[in-house]
Amino acid sequence: MLRAATTSLVFALATFLALAASASEIGDPEKGKILFRKCATCHQVGPTARNLLGPHLNNIFGRKAASVDKFRYSRSLERAGNDGLIWTLETLDPYILNPRTLVSGTRMNFDGLEDPQDRADVLAYLRTYSASPADIPEAEPTAVPTEVTLAPEILAIEGDAAYGEYLSSECKTCHRADGEDAGIPSITNWPPEYFVLAMHAYKQKLRPHPVMQMMAGRLSDEEIAALAAYFETIE
Amino acid sequence: MKLKRRSFIGTSAAAAAVLSAPMVRAAGHGKPRVVVVGGGAGGATAARYIAKDSDGAIDVTLVEPSRVYYTCFFSNLYIGGFEALDDLGHTYGTLASDYGVNVVHDWAVGVDRDARTVSLAGGATLPYDRLILSPGIDFVDDAVPGWDVSAQDVMPHAYKGGTQAALLKAQIEAMPEGGTFAMVAPPNPYRCPPGPYERISMVAHLLTQINPTAKILIVDPKEGFSKQALFEEGWQKHYGGMIERIGPDFGGENVEVNPDAMEVSIDGSVESVDVCNVIPAMKAGRICEMAGITDGRWAPVIPATMQSRMDENIHVLGDASQQGDMPKSGYSANSQAKVAAMAVRGALTDSRVFPAKFSNTCWSLIATDDGVKVGASYEATDEKIAKVDGFVSQTGEDAALRKATYEESLGWYSGITSDMFG
Ligand SMILES: Cc1cc2nc3c(=O)[nH]c(=O)nc-3n(C[C@H](O)[C@H](O)[C@H](O)COP(=O)(O)OP(=O)(O)OC[C@H]3O[C@@H](n4cnc5c(N)ncnc54)[C@H](O)[C@@H]3O)c2cc1C
Ligand code: HEC
Ligand code: HEC
Repeated sequence: MLRAATTSLVFALATFLALAASASEIGDPEKGKILFRKCATCHQVGPTARNLLGPHLNNIFGRKAASVDKFRYSRSLERAGNDGLIWTLETLDPYILNPRTLVSGTRMNFDGLEDPQDRADVLAYLRTYSASPADIPEAEPTAVPTEVTLAPEILAIEGDAAYGEYLSSECKTCHRADGEDAGIPSITNWPPEYFVLAMHAYKQKLRPHPVMQMMAGRLSDEEIAALAAYFETIE
Repeated sequence: MKLKRRSFIGTSAAAAAVLSAPMVRAAGHGKPRVVVVGGGAGGATAARYIAKDSDGAIDVTLVEPSRVYYTCFFSNLYIGGFEALDDLGHTYGTLASDYGVNVVHDWAVGVDRDARTVSLAGGATLPYDRLILSPGIDFVDDAVPGWDVSAQDVMPHAYKGGTQAALLKAQIEAMPEGGTFAMVAPPNPYRCPPGPYERISMVAHLLTQINPTAKILIVDPKEGFSKQALFEEGWQKHYGGMIERIGPDFGGENVEVNPDAMEVSIDGSVESVDVCNVIPAMKAGRICEMAGITDGRWAPVIPATMQSRMDENIHVLGDASQQGDMPKSGYSANSQAKVAAMAVRGALTDSRVFPAKFSNTCWSLIATDDGVKVGASYEATDEKIAKVDGFVSQTGEDAALRKATYEESLGWYSGITSDMFG
């Protein structure tokens, strides 16, 4: 089950895509080193790095999500990795802003770095521990969506739950209405903010899964809000 | 907002309803009546959604001869040893008890479109305001010379639910060492485009374990087939040398069978085989013809509502319908059923009607933990259900992704069957 979001975090999240461009500017590794203390309770880097509560972060750039041998990942992150989630500047940025945007059931219990400059700095620091220069983009690859639309007003849309109920019938071919997970994750009873963010992350192809990218890709902002409003209500 | 509250007919009342179902006509309380023929992927979903979402305002009667519906989907996995047959059987108890659907176990044998009634083999007559036909497929007579339904115990099709899959599996298990399994594949269009090739994969998987020198021969009238590159890559990798496919260039469309002699003749050259799985050309379930709503082999429909183009009081779902780009699959039938259910409720009770949305995904299992998928989304145009967007698994994917894809298909099976039967 997801924890309720704090308002400030939600608004920070609402703008994460809008800020992707600034995050792409390479940050300051020196500042990042200091900021990394926030991560260091759980993560190590460097030649002697071991797995703590979180996996070591050497060579994180270009690394497939959930691929450190012997580390016990959450099912969610493992699923994302199998789907093809690769850690790059543009996937790491939303993950350390709020891990759940990209991976709803992640075990990384971390409130997130709200300031885009802080994130850029931490990522610049981590880049110095990624060995192969090919894996370390100096600037954002051109594939990155520069035109991003997830404005705060999208999160504020009041969903039409009756419409959501009709739209949900399409989802229930795969996601069980009773919330059981028999191979496809449960999506009932989520806080609507997280639901909306997860759907937009698929729609913008930040989350890798092709079925969900297609499903979300043709839903309008209102329809996503309607679905979020409906799924919140069913047990 | 009324979302969670549903007034369900209590279990005892529903049980009574099952027993006395043909009395619907006598009820005479002026509620709109919907009759659904066929309790499969399309029919069961439509009955459930109309009953559930109309909160008892519509009388729903489901006509289906079988008490247990064995899904064709995953029947190949049963042949491969990945699923138990029992787990593929579903009953109609919850539709009756929790949703108040009148379930009548009988065959529909006629439709009087002027009187708006359906007659049943048992003699009852059911009046309707809207009729939904989702009878699945029947086979085209003489599609494979030498084969007709009377030969199905010798040369099974295993392409409808029921006992045929078990028969086919038993025949494969009884094959002599190094024997030959032959499949006569169907021409387009037919139910489940990847189905025959998933079956080949599962037969190969079974034979690799119990009879590794056996051979598999596919006689195919089609140039190409669904997910071909993925299947061929998988066959090469897992079952190298076991599977041979004879396409139309080498006589695959000129095939004849002799069930008594267990022979298949391909372009005149005769082969003795040990098991022969004949999947003939298909057409809409016969009741569509009886209702006079077919054009050629299938029943054309209006995409936005799934109404028959010949009769606006009849909706046709699933395999039987001719709708455009959607493949004939359980997923498609389930998707179409929800659109039709909304249209029927809108017409009979003024409930809100939203734009139609359709989608489909077909997973296939090639070998242990080696799953692939193909899917698309669709929209209703005036002319047809048209494909909007799609995706397909790629050759060369890593094992973890293939395993995840297989596990996802298990989730889908659980999802769709609970969406059909409650
Ligand atoms: C081997 C195989 C594998 C498949 N795999 C998949 C898969 O992985 N995914 C997928 O989505 N689809 C799959 N399919 C396809 C899927 O099974 C069908 O497309 C789907 O069942 C069609 O639904 P339907 O409602 O049209 O017909 P059906 O589900 O066949 O239901 C028709 C029902 O109508 C009843 N009926 C027929 N005539 C009458 C009558 N006159 N009166 C009363 N009742 C009647 C029948 O008894 C039957 O129960 C597969 C099919 C096969 C054969
Ligand atoms: C409270 C402990 C904790 C803190 C603090 C934390 N993480 Fe994590 N992190 C985890 C755990 C646990 C995982 C594994 C998550 C899973 O399995 O879902 C993880 C996973 C990750 C991953 C994915 C690794 C992989 O192999 O896929 C990255 C990248 C990451 N963290 C970066 C960071 C950064 C950068 C910070 C600081 C800004 C941070 N984390 C702070 C616990 C933490
Ligand atoms: C064809 C099957 C299928 C359909 C239909 C489908 N989904 Fe999904 N969904 C999945 C799968 C598989 C996943 C896991 C994807 C992943 O690994 O990212 C998923 C993941 C999700 C998630 C994220 C769950 C998590 O734990 O992170 C949400 C939210 C979601 N789906 C919502 C929806 C909505 C809303 C619809 C209907 C509009 C829908 N899905 C339709 C298969 C489906």
